[in-house]
Amino acid sequence: MTVLWVALGAAVGAPARYLTDRALQRLLPGRFPWGTFTVNVVGSFVLGLVSVTAGPGVTALVGVGFCGALTTYSTFAYETVALAQRRVLAVAAVYLTGSVAAGLIAATLGRLLGLALRH
Amino acid sequence: MSPRASGQPHLLAVVATVAVGGVVGAEARYGLAVGLPHAPGAWAWSTLIANVTGCLLIGVLMVLVSERIRHPLVRPLLGVGVLGGYTTFSTYTVDTLAAFGGGPAGPALLYLVLTPVLAVAAAAVGVASTRALLPDRA
Repeated sequence: MTVLWVALGAAVGAPARYLTDRALQRLLPGRFPWGTFTVNVVGSFVLGLVSVTAGPGVTALVGVGFCGALTTYSTFAYETVALAQRRVLAVAAVYLTGSVAAGLIAATLGRLLGLALRH
Repeated sequence: MSPRASGQPHLLAVVATVAVGGVVGAEARYGLAVGLPHAPGAWAWSTLIANVTGCLLIGVLMVLVSERIRHPLVRPLLGVGVLGGYTTFSTYTVDTLAAFGGGPAGPALLYLVLTPVLAVAAAAVGVASTRALLPDRA
């Protein structure tokens, strides 16, 4: 059953990442990859929330499936390499460290919200 | 509906392709997590392995897509879908938080720094090695 929840969540999460990236590239054109940055931060917040509130079914659906597929490390790393290859090292460094910092803050806030909701 | 250049797939076809790839990638990541389980707050080998191998493969794929494979659905299927679904940023951030909350700071700090360093290095190695191994076209 868990396999099905993961599949269902991923079937929504991966296209949501693609469409968010596509929309943000049009809205905020430029060198900074706002699309991947946004899905990674939002996904970290949601997973932080789910990690302290949800049971096994919701964790598989929303956590492993949806958040796992909404967020991406491969595109994040590739975009960082591509920025470095285009000699925009400052943007690459800000993107790399900014994504990690914002993701950790978002996960912390999600976790705190989840803990508050539990009480 | 806006007209498209010939050969460009419809948005719905791309979205469906991304969904199929995403499911395959997520199931592979889930399988790895089941095979290499870790206690909450403990070192998350499965996520680290998925992220680093996925980053190596995207480097390989992006060179192949830009220089060899022209089909417009290959990148949505394998790059955005499979590798996007296989790798995860949210599990990295939440596992890192759990590591800081559940044990000594040393391993947590190492996990925090090691993942992005190895991921970016793997993507760069994937790009460089594929470019080096691709035979020049006559």
